[in-house]
Amino acid sequence: MSPAQLEIQLIASIVAVACALPGVFLVLRRMAMMSDAISHTVLLGIVLAFFATRSLTSPLLLVGAALMGVITVSLVELLNRTQLVREDAAIGLVFPAIFSIAVILISRFAGDVHLDTDAVLLGELAFAPFNRVRLFGLDFGPEAIYSTGGILLLNIVFIALFYKELKLATFDPALAAALGFLPTIIHYALMTLVSLTAVGSFDAVGSVLVVAFMIAPPAAAYLLTDRLSRMLIYSALIGILSALSGYWLAYYLDASIAGSMATMTGASFLTVYLLAPERGLIAQARRRKNQRIEFALTMLTMHIANHTAAQEAEIENEVIHLNEHLKWTPQFAMEVVGIAERAGLVTQKDGLLTLTESGLARASQEFSS
Amino acid sequence: MDISQLFYDLFFDYTLRTVALGSAILGIVSGALGAFAVLRKQSLLGDAISHAALPGIVIAFLLTRSREPVVLMLGALIAGWLATLFMLNVIRTTRIKDDSALGLVLSVFFGFGLMLLTFTQKLPDATQAGLDKFLFGQAATLLQRDVVTMAIIGVLAIILLMIFWKEFKLITFDPEFAGSLGYPVRFLDVLLTTLLVVAIVIGLQTVGVVLMSAMIVAPAAAARQWTDKLKNMVILGGLFGALAGVSGTLISGSAERLPTGPVIVLCISAIVLFSMLFATNRGLVWNWFRNLQNRRKLRAQAVLGDLNTLAMQHPNEERGHSSAVLRAMSTNPDGVSLALHQLKEQGYAQELSKDAWALTQAGLDEAGKRSEKEAE
Repeated sequence: MSPAQLEIQLIASIVAVACALPGVFLVLRRMAMMSDAISHTVLLGIVLAFFATRSLTSPLLLVGAALMGVITVSLVELLNRTQLVREDAAIGLVFPAIFSIAVILISRFAGDVHLDTDAVLLGELAFAPFNRVRLFGLDFGPEAIYSTGGILLLNIVFIALFYKELKLATFDPALAAALGFLPTIIHYALMTLVSLTAVGSFDAVGSVLVVAFMIAPPAAAYLLTDRLSRMLIYSALIGILSALSGYWLAYYLDASIAGSMATMTGASFLTVYLLAPERGLIAQARRRKNQRIEFALTMLTMHIANHTAAQEAEIENEVIHLNEHLKWTPQFAMEVVGIAERAGLVTQKDGLLTLTESGLARASQEFSS
Repeated sequence: MDISQLFYDLFFDYTLRTVALGSAILGIVSGALGAFAVLRKQSLLGDAISHAALPGIVIAFLLTRSREPVVLMLGALIAGWLATLFMLNVIRTTRIKDDSALGLVLSVFFGFGLMLLTFTQKLPDATQAGLDKFLFGQAATLLQRDVVTMAIIGVLAIILLMIFWKEFKLITFDPEFAGSLGYPVRFLDVLLTTLLVVAIVIGLQTVGVVLMSAMIVAPAAAARQWTDKLKNMVILGGLFGALAGVSGTLISGSAERLPTGPVIVLCISAIVLFSMLFATNRGLVWNWFRNLQNRRKLRAQAVLGDLNTLAMQHPNEERGHSSAVLRAMSTNPDGVSLALHQLKEQGYAQELSKDAWALTQAGLDEAGKRSEKEAE
């Protein structure tokens, strides 16, 4: 692994964590699509700040972008308050308009500088190691490590300082307001953080990957835990894992790094969606099947108990007749009987079923309940 | 460039005519279907689907090595459709909410498409050139046959919309009721979503992935302001979409370096803004005006009542009452003199001498009627 490769993976991991942390709150607060809107509109902030400073490295670009993020959120809320459109429509109206203005400004007045929409949307992580910090003739590593590292630090400090407030404002905004926690301020602070993260990261990875890192790892983590603190940690870990595996996928396919990483965040989500211990699809299916079997076992013991004394016991309690009487398919009947035998609920002799003590107990418990 | 020249070009300049026609078709189809999306609270579905279509386009190319619009559109259609189904499944089977599911599908599918696209561009043959035009839309590269394809697909979508009109209307406003009537709600749901995906796919080439979502939401949101009827909303949405498409094409054709897609989006945004402000009934400006008038009317009535009270308390007073007294009685002192002049115009009040106000006989009658009505 060359130093450049190491550096790219380090930057990607920093971005992954920096995005995943505020992303957790976006997912929990049902504002995930706001990250998509902001990641597009900050472009106008950058363009305007660029026109003001004529420089692509000025810190004013960050300020402009963050401001535009907050303006986006305010405009969406303004539209919402008119009650003429719903919230989702408000987002869908605001961000394409702002983004269009930015694209027009770029193509009319900034065609000759390196400020094209492709770069903003797609990013180019592979170039990140070329931009280095040099002081006193010494090489202090790629610039992107410091910019994205700064954003990560900011996010960590903000979440650590206002953890309690964020938690309350997220899960119980009414209580937060009653306690004087000012959910509106928390809301806008969080949105500023999202804007800053989007800008600070998409220089390196593009806005698509920012959105992927902000939503996919927290969504996956949401299926793994009920605790906010764990969700933050899991999101960060899933983000890092997606970043690293995405890098190597891009390396072997010789394809877009940002695209591959976004793909891997999707693959991580899909894995969790299928395999999560309690909420995964497989766990859900298994739980459903277990319930079905448990119910079938009870049915079986009750059926046998009902008919043991009766004349027709010989027919009713025959394995081959269960499908008729309990409306089970033959395979399912065999399976249930097998499980019941192994569980010591019934015994089988010449195809006839009799209850054991525990089988009888189960049936009578069910009758009495 | 003068306007007559522009209109001349619209009919006789091949490129401009093609682009305008294509944009108009796109506007009609997305405006009409967008009405359903907006009413069904699926405004952002367009955003997700238009992003999710990218891998479909690339895979369709990889499989067929063809750049035929029909082939690419089919790929986009399948991908957009799969993305929607996946999204709905995630919402149904987990506690992840619709916004997160949308964002997830949007960014992951788009990233996947991007990965495939860059992978494709490294392939030895050069036929893939221009595939990325689907990303941002290149209306200027529209060909006549593209427009013909768009028109055929668009007409089919509209015909389906008309055939299933009653069913779509029912599942939009009352899906439970539709289910209880025995309608195949799930099938209709998928069909309507498929039509939406179709509308998005035929727009990709013109306004691009990123801005296509606006063409779903905006015409419908504008139309919603003018009407409460679904039929009118669908027709108006289509008209607004077409209007934005044609005017956007004309404006972007009138100057250098004005990309068509974003200009169309700004045109439709302007239509939305105008509708929200000036639409009859719902428009904010009319609303504001109505509120103002109501406030004035209430204020005048309050002052009328105050003058009547004064008249009853001072039966022998002939000189009238100063506005200062009325101001002291009023909850809104600033409006008193305006209200007095209003009452004077209506013939209910008179100014006996300078700043000495009293009710006329008509005013006394009016106040009497009013207090009787209150007593009832």
